[in-house]
Amino acid sequence: MATSEVKVLGSWPSPYAMRPRIALNLKSVDYEYIDEKLWEGKSQLLLQSNPVHKKIPVLIHGDRKPICESLIIVQYIDEAWSSGPSILPSDPYDRAVARFWAAYLDDKWFPAVKSVGVAKGEEAKKAAIAQVEEGLALMEEALGGCSKGKGFFGGDEIGYLDIAFGSFLGWLRVTERFNDMKQLDEGKTPGLVEWADRFSSHAAVKDVMPDTDKLAEFGKMVIAKIRAAGAAAEMH
Amino acid sequence: MEGELVLLDFWPSMFGMRTRIALAEKQIKYEYREEDLRNKSALLLQMNPVHKKIPVLIHNGKPVCESLIQVQYIDEVWNDRAPLLPSNPYQRATARFWADFVDKKIYDLGAKIWRSKGEEQEAAKKEFIECLKLLEGELGDKPYFGGKDFGYVDVALVPFYSWFYAYEKCGKFSIEAECPKLIAWAKRCMQKESVAKSLPDPEKIYDFVLQLKKAFGIE
Repeated sequence: MATSEVKVLGSWPSPYAMRPRIALNLKSVDYEYIDEKLWEGKSQLLLQSNPVHKKIPVLIHGDRKPICESLIIVQYIDEAWSSGPSILPSDPYDRAVARFWAAYLDDKWFPAVKSVGVAKGEEAKKAAIAQVEEGLALMEEALGGCSKGKGFFGGDEIGYLDIAFGSFLGWLRVTERFNDMKQLDEGKTPGLVEWADRFSSHAAVKDVMPDTDKLAEFGKMVIAKIRAAGAAAEMH
Repeated sequence: MEGELVLLDFWPSMFGMRTRIALAEKQIKYEYREEDLRNKSALLLQMNPVHKKIPVLIHNGKPVCESLIQVQYIDEVWNDRAPLLPSNPYQRATARFWADFVDKKIYDLGAKIWRSKGEEQEAAKKEFIECLKLLEGELGDKPYFGGKDFGYVDVALVPFYSWFYAYEKCGKFSIEAECPKLIAWAKRCMQKESVAKSLPDPEKIYDFVLQLKKAFGIE
């Protein structure tokens, strides 16, 4: 492929914005990262690049129209730079399993993580926490099945599901800190605890994973805003 | 290559219809099993413990859940005929984006149309039409979303056509009046045997919706 310009529009606290960057790093593709401060408003470039959803991340590859939706971008990166290491598993069934869990994390699990912070009342909070823990138990089991004894969901190397799940680790750690509890726990999910360390320290991830302290500060601001507005955060 | 295929499904489900269409496009034999969602089978609960939903595609005893994941799986395993996703990575990303758009918007808005009334219904109708117009824009002058050939986005969207009559009756509006190009596209798809065989009669869907409204105590 000719050396085309690759740009990623993201926002540093967003787990979704991490995903294309990790994928590009895995493929050793140089890119320009443009950080959007979404809490200050959306840039013209963002609104033009993603008119349908107006959300980050967006991948701009050469003069092609922008590509949106983090997991769709990751699959595109895997297919467009096919000479690099594979991100999706090679077997169609394994691919279906990886896609299933990524969708579960996005549609069910992470919304539960987010709701812990803004749950109204003890009952609602307990229910949210229970959902988060149930999800972690499922992922612990999935890790056993997908990794086939190796270090990552993708096997020897980071893959699609590692990227999908690992991008949520920062916010999971912040939620643990704010609610004074341990959800990723050696007693209950030992595999995930080790995997989380392995993932976070991986060369393709460590410069992209936001610092937990910085994220916690940002989280406080977001929660305050949500409680004030009584509406869902515009964090995508 | 075929092995044993079972599809756990529910006849009015647009999501089940997607998988039926994909299997029919590839001319794959499978066993169709109708689920009673008020009394889910042990097999369904075993094969989809996380969501307990249909459709579930069971291939040689192993479950694949979520309709678009099933369609991609079918396309990848039976990759020697009737390709549903294009081969170009950029076109694939575009197809995935619009199928995801259908998932994010169309089902919920459609459900709001038949379940609600007054202002809530009007708002849902407005947004529903806006989304269909966006899809019309993406279709452009092409015969199918896939271009000259029926493809992934066509599979993702066309099942909702069987529900349009119910939405129109409940919402007292005409989708064809607002989105004639989309209706023309849907009718074109219905000419295909794989689609015609997989979509139920819209009158039956409307009867089903009326029964649901009664059961939920909706006017």
